[in-house]
Amino acid sequence: MTTTTAPPRAAQRRLDRLERIWEEPSGLVGWLTTVDHKRIGILYFFTSLAFFVAGGIEALLIRTQLLGPNGTVVSPELYNQLMTMHGVTMIFLAVIPMQIGAFGNYLLPLMIGARDMAFPRLNAFSYWVFLVSGIFIYTSMAVGAAPNAGWFDYVPLGSRQFSPGPGIDFYTLGLIFTGISTTASAINFIVTIFKLRAPGMSLNRMPLFCYAILAVSFALVFALPSLSTALIFLELDRALGMHFFDVGFGGDPVMWQHLFWFFGHPEVYIIILPAFGIATAIIPTFAERKMVAFALVALAEILVAFIGFGVWAHHMFTVGLPTVSQTYFAAASMMVVIPSAIQLFAWITTIATGKPRFETPLLFIIGFIVLFMIGGLTGVMTAAIPFDQQAHDTYFIVAHFHYVIFGAAVFPVLGGIYYWFPKVTGRMYNERVGKVSFWVTFAGMNLTFFPMHIVGLLGMPRRVYSYPGDVGWSTLNLIETLGAYLLAAGLLTIVANLLVSYRRGARAGNDPFGGDTLEWSVSSPPPSYNFPVIPKVSSPYAMWDRKDREDDEQRLAEGELVLEEGHETPSSTVLDADWDEILDMPSKSWAPVVLAVVLGLVFAMMLLQHYVTALGFAALAGLVLAAWNWKEPQVA
Amino acid sequence: MSVGRAVAGRPADPRRGRWRRVAPLASAVLVALLAGCGPLSPLDPQSEPARRISVLWWVMLAVAGVVFAGACVMLVAGWIRRREWGLPVLGERPRLLDGSVVAFGIVIPVITLVALFAWANVGIVQETDSPPPDAGMKIEVTGSQWWWQVRYPGTPAVTANEIHIPARTPVTIVTEAEDVIHSFWIPRLNRKVDSLPGHANRVELFAERPGVYRGSCAEFCGQQHARMGVSVRADPPERFRAWLASMSAPRPAPATPLARRGEQVFMSKQCASCHTIRGTPARGEVGPDLTHLKTRATLAALTIPNRRGYLAGWVVDPQAVKEGAKMPALDLTGPELQALLEYLESLR
Repeated sequence: MTTTTAPPRAAQRRLDRLERIWEEPSGLVGWLTTVDHKRIGILYFFTSLAFFVAGGIEALLIRTQLLGPNGTVVSPELYNQLMTMHGVTMIFLAVIPMQIGAFGNYLLPLMIGARDMAFPRLNAFSYWVFLVSGIFIYTSMAVGAAPNAGWFDYVPLGSRQFSPGPGIDFYTLGLIFTGISTTASAINFIVTIFKLRAPGMSLNRMPLFCYAILAVSFALVFALPSLSTALIFLELDRALGMHFFDVGFGGDPVMWQHLFWFFGHPEVYIIILPAFGIATAIIPTFAERKMVAFALVALAEILVAFIGFGVWAHHMFTVGLPTVSQTYFAAASMMVVIPSAIQLFAWITTIATGKPRFETPLLFIIGFIVLFMIGGLTGVMTAAIPFDQQAHDTYFIVAHFHYVIFGAAVFPVLGGIYYWFPKVTGRMYNERVGKVSFWVTFAGMNLTFFPMHIVGLLGMPRRVYSYPGDVGWSTLNLIETLGAYLLAAGLLTIVANLLVSYRRGARAGNDPFGGDTLEWSVSSPPPSYNFPVIPKVSSPYAMWDRKDREDDEQRLAEGELVLEEGHETPSSTVLDADWDEILDMPSKSWAPVVLAVVLGLVFAMMLLQHYVTALGFAALAGLVLAAWNWKEPQVA
Repeated sequence: MSVGRAVAGRPADPRRGRWRRVAPLASAVLVALLAGCGPLSPLDPQSEPARRISVLWWVMLAVAGVVFAGACVMLVAGWIRRREWGLPVLGERPRLLDGSVVAFGIVIPVITLVALFAWANVGIVQETDSPPPDAGMKIEVTGSQWWWQVRYPGTPAVTANEIHIPARTPVTIVTEAEDVIHSFWIPRLNRKVDSLPGHANRVELFAERPGVYRGSCAEFCGQQHARMGVSVRADPPERFRAWLASMSAPRPAPATPLARRGEQVFMSKQCASCHTIRGTPARGEVGPDLTHLKTRATLAALTIPNRRGYLAGWVVDPQAVKEGAKMPALDLTGPELQALLEYLESLR
């Protein structure tokens, strides 16, 4: 834990100069034109949090409808819209933007010793497209025409013939639109990780969180085109009368499933990989030891993403594919277990052989480990084809994926929110309330989702707006609904804790937990320029290398590696992070938000099938893009 | 900062110990809850394929339980030993730890998974795989939004939602969809197969004893996916043959004047444009065949019982029973409804 001593006068002058160069204006204009990765991370945080709340309300309505048999809280049509929007919201608008947009954006440059992402304006653009596309999708709900064919929208149900209204068009166009945001983010992360690491941070000295972001970014770049293809084909069928999925014209509805799940399965690893990264950041800090088998864990994170591309048809074991194909996919699905098993064992061993401090962030990670084990084990069971052919499309699967999504992605997010709250806000949260919030959330989560395993094995199918009273499902559904309310209470406790702590929490220093990564070397919150001196890095646990951190202070005093001539950050070579060149970074810009809004208009026109107007707006977008690229990034 | 201080010799947090004692009791309760519970449970198998899958499940659960318990033991050990570095007795041993990650993260999982793969995906899958196209007795089941048409090839027999089969006889269900993707599933007899438009899937049903086996559509197919039940009734072979013979016959001629009036109402009120009643001009293909409607136990795909009052409600206001159903509400007078009911109830 560092103490901050007042820097000598020369150093203070340098800090002031850096401040003047990097500081962005406050107020609405400042936020609309921001290119600071920290501000963008905060914008992502609150926006994805808002969508998480929306998805949570949808979930509570679903659970309330299923409280008892033959429920009448909502109509069948509204229920089907709710369950579709719940899936779409949670996956595309909440969990992924939260992890990649909020955590990834805020932390990655700090962890690699950089002053911003490689493409700061592209970063801002990603956020604004995310916001506008989310609004686009939710406009469907405002006009009473939300998509209602499930988050994977199988055809022919999703075709114009069986879903004649605009709901599915909101789905197809909205997700293509959101995909632009995510693809841009992924590209930004890859380039940042490869080129902007502080000189000396060779790839084997990069923190594990960054490995997770690298893996997830590659997965996104390769998976999203498959989804976009499927969505474009579907929209062409729906709007222009083509027949990609139309059996009568030689099309194939099963092709939708292949295209969708080729994306959809890597998507679930995309959901979970950043959470692995958060866990690997929290565990060493609270276990007070380095990660066991660091290299194996880093490799495993990459392998999960890679092998995850080969398993997609395990979502299709009941479609009637040839046996030999199914056997291949089942084998691949079992192979993908191995990297997860490696990581689980390494995490548990690290905790067990360290001196773990069971404080709130670590409690959430231990909860994550327990829940991920359960979700992972039920996942292994579904790789047994005959068992899957009974469990598929029942609540057993709903239980499985909520354990891996909520348990294994959201729990680390909650732990990470607590962990980095002091860094972002400069205040400490309340530890006792934190522990209470963990236990209530953990209890609520299990109470909601564990009985789903049972009720699924009692034959309850998924996506049913009600169920009969004579089949033995009623009591379990009641428990699940009560659990959902308890879970909501736990989550609200977290929010309340953080809201109150934001105002009245004790001031946090640079490093309240004894963290191992570089974000803990700067103030809480970090200065606009992140690092006064580009840090020297000798290991993946840069904060624990005290000599290097003391050398940084020496260099500030001597003016070495401060890079104060403008918006400057160094770039380095890909593998060994030798000095490459000094980059000039852009300052605030209107182009990202304007371009995002114009693109929103393009998609809105396509939804309304005013294609000529859409083309007009696309031309306008081209002009904005030209304006964006007109000049090199300016020195402040 | 941490919860509960350790006192020499006693674990600091009694809650954890209590939880571990509760776990075996909880699992016993769960097993009791599950055993033989409910008419739609794949864990109440009534045929060999379903039984083998059920056994597979219990073994997987047991192995998963062992793995999970092992991990929990390690976490609890981490709690108990949180003031000491490294392994018990052995202390700090990085190479040993790396080796244990390889052993428990790679070697043991690979062995377990290969065993599971061999048993389930090479062994059991041969039992549950689709029967060959030329196997024995076939029944064609076509999924529509939101009901199942049931045909017996080689006979004129057509019915809906309630399939009869001979007990102790292998029967191949050949299923396709009329519109969107559905999925045919009788959990206690075998796994599910999707009903696709334009591509037939097959699943074998072999009921070891006579009885009724409930199922449901198992692929989201639109507004009333939740109300698309299906059932299989297995009868002794002679009873089945008698049933099939009566189902193959045209409708029994209406015997009373009221029933004859009812048939006129049926023909004049658009019913014939969607429904078939063999032996009459009604040849509609949109909705279920009604030739022997009264032999069915339920209406609207197992949504309501097939009794006079329910039938009346269904015919007069289908949207109240199954919102979104393709059947329009008919504008019937009281006497017309009474006649129609008399007629429909005569269709044995």
